[in-house]
Amino acid sequence: MNPIVQMEQVTKHFGKQEVLKGISLDINEGEIFGLLGPSGAGKTTLVKQLVGLEVPSTGKNKVFSIVMPSLDVISKIGYMAQSDALYGELTARENLQFFASLYGLNGARQKERIQACMEIVQLNDHTDKQVSNYSGGMKRRLSLAIALIHEPKLLILDEPTVGIDPVLRKSIWESFYELKKQGVTIIVTTHVMDEADKCDRLGMIRDGHLIAVGTPHALKESMNSTSLEDAFLSYGGGN
Amino acid sequence: MRVIALVKRILKQIVRDKRTMALLIMAPILVLTMLHLVFNGENYKPKVGFVDLPTALVEQLDDADEATVNLYETTDEAQTALKERDIDGYVSRSGTSLQLTLEGSDPTINGATMKWLQESLKSLNPDSSAAMLEVNYLHGSSKMSQFDSFGPVLLGFFIFFFVFLIAGVSFLRERTTGTLERLLCSPLRKWEIVIGYVIGFGIFTMIQATIIASYAIYVLGMMMEGAFIYVLVITLLLSLTALTLGVLLSAFANNELQMIQFIPLVIVPQIFFSGLFNLETISDYLSWVGPLTPLYYGADALRNVMIRGYGWGEISFDLLMLAGFSLLFMILNILALKKYRSI
Ligand SMILES: Nc1ncnc2c1ncn2[C@@H]1O[C@H](COP(=O)(O)OP(=O)(O)O)[C@@H](O)[C@H]1O
Ligand SMILES: [Mg+2]
Repeated sequence: MNPIVQMEQVTKHFGKQEVLKGISLDINEGEIFGLLGPSGAGKTTLVKQLVGLEVPSTGKNKVFSIVMPSLDVISKIGYMAQSDALYGELTARENLQFFASLYGLNGARQKERIQACMEIVQLNDHTDKQVSNYSGGMKRRLSLAIALIHEPKLLILDEPTVGIDPVLRKSIWESFYELKKQGVTIIVTTHVMDEADKCDRLGMIRDGHLIAVGTPHALKESMNSTSLEDAFLSYGGGN
Repeated sequence: MRVIALVKRILKQIVRDKRTMALLIMAPILVLTMLHLVFNGENYKPKVGFVDLPTALVEQLDDADEATVNLYETTDEAQTALKERDIDGYVSRSGTSLQLTLEGSDPTINGATMKWLQESLKSLNPDSSAAMLEVNYLHGSSKMSQFDSFGPVLLGFFIFFFVFLIAGVSFLRERTTGTLERLLCSPLRKWEIVIGYVIGFGIFTMIQATIIASYAIYVLGMMMEGAFIYVLVITLLLSLTALTLGVLLSAFANNELQMIQFIPLVIVPQIFFSGLFNLETISDYLSWVGPLTPLYYGADALRNVMIRGYGWGEISFDLLMLAGFSLLFMILNILALKKYRSI
């Protein structure tokens, strides 16, 4: 399989603070890749580089074999930021319409996509509600729907299930698997261990270091631990 | 097209936010009305004393019904009444001509008294009074009030002020809520964002300016010598400058309060150089500031059109300057967005 994302020796400084420390990572087409790490580890900084919102201090990121940032690549990525970026004065439908038109989706096709995406996140009964009246979990789901609107080949989701109840979380993960079947590559960041367990492969990140990469099973195995949590702590301790 | 999507969204947001929309239109109308009432209000009815004037003259002046007239036998009596503020001034004979003595503590009253006397005398005898109280008006007329003279400046100022604030705050929100970042990970170009904002708010300010200017001119009767279309063009360009400046400065604010902190720094000083105060009397240390402020040109153009009745020839330089400011701020805005996405 071709790597869809290639990070080559990427570092990132904010002033004196080094937030990413020499990260090299390949992510393959069609996999669900999880970035697991505690808050402040550098997950958001890393995924922002992949969508072109940050540039590395040294090293380079390639997405679809093109060095980021590139406008052509940007339109093939669906990004969901850690904080909900929604227009509260508008209804969910108007938010979706706006973002859809930015990707050149209009008319009947736009309607179809809005319907489909709202079904995936189970918000179709609330499409014409003003977003400021949405609950936190509903906003999160609407953000996900917006990330899906233009049928991107690569989905980058920054803590997508924060504030979403377990039942809905399960159904959202089911839709991830569904998208994966359609050939979509998904990158999710999380600090929740049981969610990390659902990924095909995991990158463990801590203080800007990528401390381990592998399938959840392999990571547990190599540290002789029964849970990812233990494995994470062992890797961290060994560093 | 992407810009159209952005324009539509901005207009929807403005219309949804009823309170802000009301502020943009109603606040200038309210303030202009108050100023109109304060400065124009009821015409002041001067109280004038006549000292030993010919009876025929007194009778004719008393008819005028626009002033309260008291009769006095001697100058001393009138002087006492003046001190007591029973009258605003008195008219006495000095040789062959008439002499007006004013109380003098309130310029508005002085003006009203002088105006009344002058007009009354003129209507009686166009020749004899001309020498005594001569007031010349280069522009406007003897009917021109203070409100007329600074009205155009205020009109420009309010439009500038509110557009600056609302556009700045909405862009600030775009930044702080993360939607700007979200826009930048879509194929939207940076210039498209700036143009979208300019067109979206441009359409709204056209409507705003039309309503406010029509109200000031046709309801409040603000002096309007030139063509209305010029007023619209000037206010549109002025609001574009305000919009692009507001968006630019919002990059240096982290919340709405910090945006408001720009008002005394950026907005209020512009009033001083916009012609509300006599530009000739500004100290040399400061007089160079005026030409650097957009309102200076906007107010000049509005006065040229509304008071002096001028057209393209006289306002084109001002318009060019305003367009130049907008263009400069737009370019700086596009550059400022590089911070979020380098391409
Ligand atoms: N724009 C920035 N300027 C300065 N420091 C930043 C900036 N963005 C992130 N950081 C710092 O980088 C570190 C990693 O942040 P982040 O990538 O958001 O972590 P995570 O998403 O894993 O919680 C934090 O210490 C944060 O303070
Ligand atoms: Mg984060």
